[in-house]
Amino acid sequence: MLTFNDKGIYCAQADLYIDPWMPVDKAIITHAHADHARFGSRHYLCHQDSVSLLKLRLGENNHIQALSYGQTLTINGVKISLHPAGHIIGSAQVRLSYKGEIWVVSGDYKLEDDGIATPFESVKCHHFVTESTFGLPIYNFPPISESSDDILQWIEGNRQKQLNSLMVGYALGKAQRLIAIAAQTELPLYAHGAVANIQTRLIADGHKLPPVNYASPVLMKEQKAPYIVIMPPSALGTSWVKKFAPYEIAYCSGWMQLRGARRRRNLNRGFILSDHADWNQLNTAVTATGAENVYVTHGYQAIYAKWLRENYHLNAVEVDTLYEDDLLMQEENNEAI
Amino acid sequence: MKQFNSLFQQIDQTTSTNAKVNALIDYFKQAAPADALWCIYLLIGKSTGRFIKTALLRQATIRLALLPPWLFEESYHVVGDLAETIALCLPPPTNEKACTLSQTMAFLNSLSTLTDEQAVAAISERWLEIPADERFVFNKLITGNFRMGVSKQLVIKALANTYNKSENEIAHRLMGNWHPTSTAINQLLIDDLLQEKSFEPYPFFLAYPLENTPESLGTIEDWFIERKYDGIRGQIIVRNGHSYIWSRGEDLLTDKFPEFAILTQLMPNGTVIDGEILPYKDGQVLSFALMQTRIGRKQLSKKFLETAPLVMICYDLLEYNGTDIRNLPLSERRQLLEKLLEELAATDAPLMLSETLPCQTWDEVRQEREKARDYRCEGVMLKRKSSSYEAGRRRGNWWKWKIDPYTVDGVLIYGQRGHGRRANLYTDYTFAVWDKEELVPFAKAYSGLTDKEIMEVDTWIKRNTIDKFGPVRSVIPTLVFELAFEGISASPRHKSGIALRFPRIVRWRRDKAAKEANTKTDLLDLLALNSDE
Repeated sequence: MLTFNDKGIYCAQADLYIDPWMPVDKAIITHAHADHARFGSRHYLCHQDSVSLLKLRLGENNHIQALSYGQTLTINGVKISLHPAGHIIGSAQVRLSYKGEIWVVSGDYKLEDDGIATPFESVKCHHFVTESTFGLPIYNFPPISESSDDILQWIEGNRQKQLNSLMVGYALGKAQRLIAIAAQTELPLYAHGAVANIQTRLIADGHKLPPVNYASPVLMKEQKAPYIVIMPPSALGTSWVKKFAPYEIAYCSGWMQLRGARRRRNLNRGFILSDHADWNQLNTAVTATGAENVYVTHGYQAIYAKWLRENYHLNAVEVDTLYEDDLLMQEENNEAI
Repeated sequence: MKQFNSLFQQIDQTTSTNAKVNALIDYFKQAAPADALWCIYLLIGKSTGRFIKTALLRQATIRLALLPPWLFEESYHVVGDLAETIALCLPPPTNEKACTLSQTMAFLNSLSTLTDEQAVAAISERWLEIPADERFVFNKLITGNFRMGVSKQLVIKALANTYNKSENEIAHRLMGNWHPTSTAINQLLIDDLLQEKSFEPYPFFLAYPLENTPESLGTIEDWFIERKYDGIRGQIIVRNGHSYIWSRGEDLLTDKFPEFAILTQLMPNGTVIDGEILPYKDGQVLSFALMQTRIGRKQLSKKFLETAPLVMICYDLLEYNGTDIRNLPLSERRQLLEKLLEELAATDAPLMLSETLPCQTWDEVRQEREKARDYRCEGVMLKRKSSSYEAGRRRGNWWKWKIDPYTVDGVLIYGQRGHGRRANLYTDYTFAVWDKEELVPFAKAYSGLTDKEIMEVDTWIKRNTIDKFGPVRSVIPTLVFELAFEGISASPRHKSGIALRFPRIVRWRRDKAAKEANTKTDLLDLLALNSDE
């Protein structure tokens, strides 16, 4: 029912694309990150929590239709529904069924409940399109509680030394998690403009999240250490961070599992905190769908597809997509909003 | 191991020199003497070599982690570090046990007595006992050549602070051959120096590259100008009727250099000379490549001794008549050195004086630097006449001013995933020059680009790949880079027929198309200019 072409993942029967990277007529968007929600299509369909974020990204005037999780929409006989992916607020797996054949496109996902995004739900299907960002056995993320304890301990250590704690994570998704952790301390909390914008929008949309102050130059002049700042990766290494001296910086990402990823950013600290599934989560998710056919997209697709073929005897193939071939690059360039 | 691991983490998580020194001092104060000795030994870069074949480590990991070998290899290419890959793949420990650093080192030393099968079993058992967060450091110890983010100088500083000694004394005490299993910490660091240490060299004084114009150094009258020779830096020591030759890397090379054995008879006891050892024949310095091949040999044939006889070009005297004279001004040390060499002039001693160049102005120094290659030298040395002989690499009194390297424009044809901080990025490049219509690889280079450029080239490689072979990708020949190198020699082992010494990237020539890169003929011309014939 689905094919992969140069514009994206295509459903001919319903004449629509999922996360297309070129302008099309009808686009279903799994979540509001830049590499999945691209500009220029005529009609967008997404989860209701993504509407506001999509407008923030693509402009207010776009034609956007919303579904809640589990709600069904039928287009030319194809039953379409969205299911929680647990990646970020509003992220969805797309389920399509037609004449008894069921496809699920995962978008980006993680299995562990981060307390902010609606937790992942496994959906049975015959064909599963999965991401593979962390599709190698070297990626075994610690439980979220362990990472957040480590972060809190680090903040406390900085506080005792009268140092500010600067935490780096992309603005939509990671930043909300970092703000929630930071809000457990008594310290004043500030954010880069990109982070503050999104947090404000999400709170206005009715999400129960702690508020955060924009770290404006005027405001920060009067602040005394220690406090906490949440910033996107793009602000790393710019003069923007200088006004927060004295500080310690920590980068929060699944990539921090590897020493090299931390060291080449010249970072002293990295915390493993991911919005993607690690190796075991991927294997759990793929096998739980019961799908015989698996299409592996962005990440270590060739390697992970081979593993699925050899270990689980699935019909797994790699699919080249134009979602960032390396999520690390995307974080470097801060292409996610 | 817990303390040592925690020291590693503390040092890994800071860039502050003070924080690193304090972490070291804390460790030295708390650690048991046997552990502290091992820590010093490992941190000042004494090689422990490899304790077990890496193939066996891979085999043991694959068995424990239940992974297919190909998946482990793919993971290794992404991580770029074997010790780390193993630490990430292993299942959680089942039988945790605490173990000291010295016990760990004893365990690793015992591996060499085991058969392959026994070694795999022993290491697997040990892995399941080690807490997960200590495995990386443990694996780094197994794979040998352990490094932590501290220089030898910092370790010396921390020890000097811990034991209330001068840094120079600690530096000297740590020189030479000692081993944690046969040394007591008091003997190494605290007690009066014993006679047995008599063959140890002094810590070498190393120069920084000149950072400003030479004019910034003040008047030229205050400086000695010498050639910067291209050989092996070494100390010749004659004490108690024996002679020893130490390289800067603290290798005892006495046996490799039999030419100098004669000095035992010719020079008075209590003499230490610092200089450059290089091949020299018929009044001419020979190429460094000749000495390299000679050092590589286990057996020195007569032929080698004849074709590449060694001398030392002497430039400093550190000990004279049994007295440490490193604190005398260089001008006085040189006078004594000249006197010593004059007395030997009539003998066969393979020693020559490093002449000072009679430059009157800094511009004349510039000209001498430009002419360095005519003498097979790398540039000039600038040494303050009043300088004492310091320990380690220091700014201020000695500067090296090397000649600009050769450069060539090459086309990027292969990219390979890097290691360590470059892991998972295509950062190891192979470059080619044109041989008529064909591109022939001539050099590999890993360094020289900024982090931003590395990211950019990485993305470019991923999007312009022709073919993949394991961790290597061939790319559409497009990008041109200027490479610098120190020397060129003929090499039948390379497809291009030449080998470059220390090639590195100078800059990305975005202004050049692949067609405009250099040719093999250009390189062969350069080779002809530099050959010995």
